[in-house]
Amino acid sequence: MTEEEIMRPENLVYKKPALLNDNPMHYCPGCSHGVVHKLVAEIIEEMGMEEKTVAISPVGCAVFAYNYIDVDWVEAAHGRAPAVATAIKRLWPDRLVFTYQGDGDLACIGTAESIHALNRGEHIAIIFINNAIYGMTGGQMAPTTLMGMKTSTCPYGRVADLHGYPLKFTEIAATLEGTCYVTRQSVHNVAAIRKAKKAIRKAFENSMAGKGASLVEIVSTCNAGWKLSPEKANQWMEEHMFKFYPLGDLKDTTAITEDSL
Amino acid sequence: MAEKEVVLMKGNEAVAHAAIRCGCDGYFGYPITPQSEVLETLALEKPWETTGMVVVQAESELASINMVYGGGAAGKRCMTSSSSPGVALMQEGIAYMAGAEIPGLIVNVQRGGPGLGSIQPSQSDYFQATRGGGNGDYNVIVLAPASVQEMADFVDLAFELSFKYRNPAMILSDGVIGQMMEKLVLPPFKPRRTEEQIQEECPWATMGRKKERRPNILTSLELDCGKMEQKNLHLQAKYEEIREKEVRFENVLCEDAEYLIVAFGSAARIGLKVIEMCRAEGIKVGLLRPVTLWPFPAGEIARLGRRVKGILSFEINAGQMVEDIRLATDGQVPVAHYGRMGGVVPAPDEVVRALKEKLIQS
Ligand SMILES: Cc1ncc(C[n+]2csc(CCOP(=O)(O)OP(=O)(O)O)c2C)c(N)n1
Ligand code: SF4
Ligand SMILES: [Mg+2]
Repeated sequence: MTEEEIMRPENLVYKKPALLNDNPMHYCPGCSHGVVHKLVAEIIEEMGMEEKTVAISPVGCAVFAYNYIDVDWVEAAHGRAPAVATAIKRLWPDRLVFTYQGDGDLACIGTAESIHALNRGEHIAIIFINNAIYGMTGGQMAPTTLMGMKTSTCPYGRVADLHGYPLKFTEIAATLEGTCYVTRQSVHNVAAIRKAKKAIRKAFENSMAGKGASLVEIVSTCNAGWKLSPEKANQWMEEHMFKFYPLGDLKDTTAITEDSL
Repeated sequence: MAEKEVVLMKGNEAVAHAAIRCGCDGYFGYPITPQSEVLETLALEKPWETTGMVVVQAESELASINMVYGGGAAGKRCMTSSSSPGVALMQEGIAYMAGAEIPGLIVNVQRGGPGLGSIQPSQSDYFQATRGGGNGDYNVIVLAPASVQEMADFVDLAFELSFKYRNPAMILSDGVIGQMMEKLVLPPFKPRRTEEQIQEECPWATMGRKKERRPNILTSLELDCGKMEQKNLHLQAKYEEIREKEVRFENVLCEDAEYLIVAFGSAARIGLKVIEMCRAEGIKVGLLRPVTLWPFPAGEIARLGRRVKGILSFEINAGQMVEDIRLATDGQVPVAHYGRMGGVVPAPDEVVRALKEKLIQS
């Protein structure tokens, strides 16, 4: 086949979602953020919610998510995205409202906003990118940093006496009455990406069906912060992160099954 | 004309009723004395069943202000109320609102500070309100009510100004005005805006992108410092326009006055008694009451400053507005301050004494 033949529409097997624009992404090669952005754009398109979505970006590497996915965006202060989303969803109940937050944003500075929005059962979806580090500010310790893991603010490794323990936020979220769907996913290979997509789709459907709050954690890589190549970062994540943050659904009170999506 | 609805209520209750009546879409708040009646009144009135107004008791003032930020971003008329320590916590959100040009209303029913302070009235958040309060170069439109009537009337006015300029607005009240009961005429009912009206009035709002337009993005972030400076210049030009057009004040017996008292809010109420007592003794004193604290009526104070022998800034604090009066009069006239702190509300005779000691006898 020639290049021209390959480019013909009938031979197309994969394409970028139209909502994902052509702005070059600032994410490091191998970073999970880019993959999750693509999933989010695809799902909004598949749900036909392009004109009815209001997304909230965090403070963290994904602060600029608004530069890539062509829906309306509000950029929230560090950790406050769930409060921002609460108001928007309450005031525009027929809109798809979701936040996209890192571990520092969601599980540290914004712990109160996250827990209370989830516990009030706001009909919002929260996408939680857990890369166990503060990516944006250059690789400092996060609430989710694993024991022994080295970061620029725990250069000799995380130890309990000095730094306390990594926070399993998603486990806490699963105990809250207001949450209807709490799951932990990853995007390190094709099978995982497909599962993560279904999870995010389900969270978005829950938001529209008014079933309560959904939390989708994506255990993610930060190869820049971890100082590992994209491939090594994925390996390290599988070996270490998945042990402490096991993948799978933690809670699902909805009737939406994978097959019905 | 429909009969006016005259009622007797507290300033805080008046704020709640005014919000329901002026087409407010959302109230988000956290309890704190002396303003909890705002949320309590709304909870009793259940406006979500009548006008559709959303009322949420948030987990903190940080959350409340960020709910106002989100609601305002989505084009809705949203407000919060609190008292001094809570408003301190809101400063982050207010700075973000200023930066992202998101409208919204904050009501501060001030109490004594610093820190947890007291629960009695104070005006010691003047600096915080008029200087921005959070980070960066910005201003908040600040209205200072001196009666329960104004507590009610300023809710709609603050929303109008806030949306006109896409800037946060504040009602800077205090425990006296919030807690005292007075007669007032309730403002007329105004329906909440429809989706079409919001789309028309707020083309910038993030309420879902319609096909023909580019996505709306509301952010205060701009990493390119050159662009960030441009954004700041745009904000400064807006603030200049507000200074030119939106100054509000009230003059009481200023034209023949030999001495001037400048006071706002509850201090201005005491000030009325002070000028009456002074005039009974033959001392011609006038009262200038700034209604907008920012923009400050600097021009009017400068004008009066050229005609009087001295100005007393009477505030229930250690002396904050006095700095703005000195800037406005630029050394042309003696300017003194009198105030009490910590929640103590001065009596009129203390102020008369202070005026004599600080301006007449010296
Ligand atoms: C109030 C405040 N404190 C601190 C910061 C600095 N800061 C920016 S991003 C960030 C951490 C982000 O980490 P995370 O949420 O895990 O996102 P990631 O970059 O890893 O995706 C911090 C501390 C800030 N912008 N605002
Ligand atoms: S620093 Fe980490 S989280 Fe940020 S873009 Fe790079 S890899 Fe991704
Ligand atoms: Mg992180």
